[in-house]
Amino acid sequence: MALKIVESCVNCWACVDVCPSDAITQGSAHFQIVTSKCTECDGDYAEQQCASICPVEGAILLADGMPANPPGSLTGIPPERLAEAMNEIQAR
Amino acid sequence: MELSVLEHGKAGSSSAGGCSSSSCGSTDDQLSHLPDSIRAKVQNHPCYSEEAHHYFARMHVAVAPACNIQCHYCNRKYDCANESRPGVVSEVLTPDQAVKKVKAVAATIPQMTVLGIAGPGDPLANPQRTFETFRQLTEQAPDIKLCVSTNGLALPDCVEELAKHNIDHVTITINCVDPKIGAKIYPWIYWNNKRIRGVKAAEILIRQQQKGLEMLVERGILVKVNSVMIPGVNDEHLKEVSRIVKEKGAFLHNVMPLIAEAEHGTFYGVMGQRSPDPEELQDLQDSCAGDMNMMRHCRQCRADAVGMLGEDRGDEFTLEKIEQMDIDYEAAMVKRAAVQASIMEELDEKAAQKARLANVSVPSLTEGRISRNYRSVQMAVATNGGGLINEHFGHAREFLIYEASPEGVRFIGHRKVDQFCVGNDSCGEKESALSGSIRALKGCEAVLCSKIGFEPWSDLEAAGIHPNGEHAMEPIEEAVMAVYQEMIAAGRLNGEKALFQANA
Repeated sequence: MALKIVESCVNCWACVDVCPSDAITQGSAHFQIVTSKCTECDGDYAEQQCASICPVEGAILLADGMPANPPGSLTGIPPERLAEAMNEIQAR
Repeated sequence: MELSVLEHGKAGSSSAGGCSSSSCGSTDDQLSHLPDSIRAKVQNHPCYSEEAHHYFARMHVAVAPACNIQCHYCNRKYDCANESRPGVVSEVLTPDQAVKKVKAVAATIPQMTVLGIAGPGDPLANPQRTFETFRQLTEQAPDIKLCVSTNGLALPDCVEELAKHNIDHVTITINCVDPKIGAKIYPWIYWNNKRIRGVKAAEILIRQQQKGLEMLVERGILVKVNSVMIPGVNDEHLKEVSRIVKEKGAFLHNVMPLIAEAEHGTFYGVMGQRSPDPEELQDLQDSCAGDMNMMRHCRQCRADAVGMLGEDRGDEFTLEKIEQMDIDYEAAMVKRAAVQASIMEELDEKAAQKARLANVSVPSLTEGRISRNYRSVQMAVATNGGGLINEHFGHAREFLIYEASPEGVRFIGHRKVDQFCVGNDSCGEKESALSGSIRALKGCEAVLCSKIGFEPWSDLEAAGIHPNGEHAMEPIEEAVMAVYQEMIAAGRLNGEKALFQANA
């Protein structure tokens, strides 16, 4: 079982520095978690470290495929409000 | 909108009684009372001395992408070429690349005295990358001052290391000392291997910031405190912050306006939190000035900015371009030392001249009677450095704002020329650069520049701002005082009529 980084990753390196298993590498477009190395921090920490420091909602998926940090959970911006703001900007 | 004038504080902010401090105001005041050891540290640092910022340049290298906290005014999707604000960069560098870039810039811009690491994340949340860069620079470019800017969370753990690298300037961003206010600014921190939220997170952050500040002061490291003014969130509170950090020995307080646009994707931007107007910012800076040296010339630069404050020459030093430069740093150091020494000489001469002029300002005009009845006047100045009025009105990307009063001339801030539309057809809002400039100059009664065209001349006059190209190439503060005296002589400052006209 392993976590996964997806394309919304902004390459900020925060997760690389805190991974206890050295499981995160620089991919071509964004950082990646080496599945065979990821332990989900089991035995090291109560909480998965990459998911605890990642600043981007949705960029890290848990082993079950669900986002570790769902929309709104890190920025505090309600997803509806964000969508509305993006629409307003598009319309300009 | 009422003009912010020393004698006429804005309604509703009774404490905005103007500059009540001995340490506030002009460049002389800021530097002249300092002990020599501290003066030596700040006199060529553009961010620590208002005067130095007319002559010396700085650069940031973006080696620190990771961050350990989230601020509501920041968005970590920081890769943007067109945005100019902290936290934004075009490319993140490795320490080796950063060192190469620093040497290329230092050789090309000899007046560049300071290298700072300021992000785009938090430098101390990237200790290996940050300190490796400092280590190499201490060795290879010993003539450059090293400087760091941090949110403070990891600061207490890094103070020893900072001291080891001879860093004598550290900036801490402190937006609050009250965790309840902090919870409205910081949604979370990463601390002891956990993401912590709310008041508890703010409590930890504030504790670390204050502890870090105390530890730095103990070691004689100069601390600048940056605070972001967020109307309705921490604006009143920042007066307390200023008092406390001053008590603890911070050297300088820099209250900056919140930058919040929906397109930046920040919490404040998307949620419609407003930024302060220039008048509100100035009132707050003036109220804090009773306790503290205030920095008013900050341009809130990017984490990869290069050049004089207010300019960004980053494009000249992309990785691709520095790869092709062949730098002889030994030779560069010789040239740098000569250029910087001649600037210092010029500054010393200027200081001596100012001391001579100090006794012949407004009082001479009124023949010994120091009339304090004349109100103060704000004027805008177009300059491209050197402390002179030497920029064409139409070329100015920003204006420096000075206030002239019977007490003298003081620098109070800068205004960017917002060019909402620069001729792009897809842009709905058609606004010329000229009307952008005029709006940026709201509250000013004159604009001093080296030259100005006919069209802007009449538009400015119509807006109540007197264009003045008669002091081209003159030192700014003397020219502002001369124009103030002309206004008094012309009877324009008798009574309040002119004031209201200017704001109509």
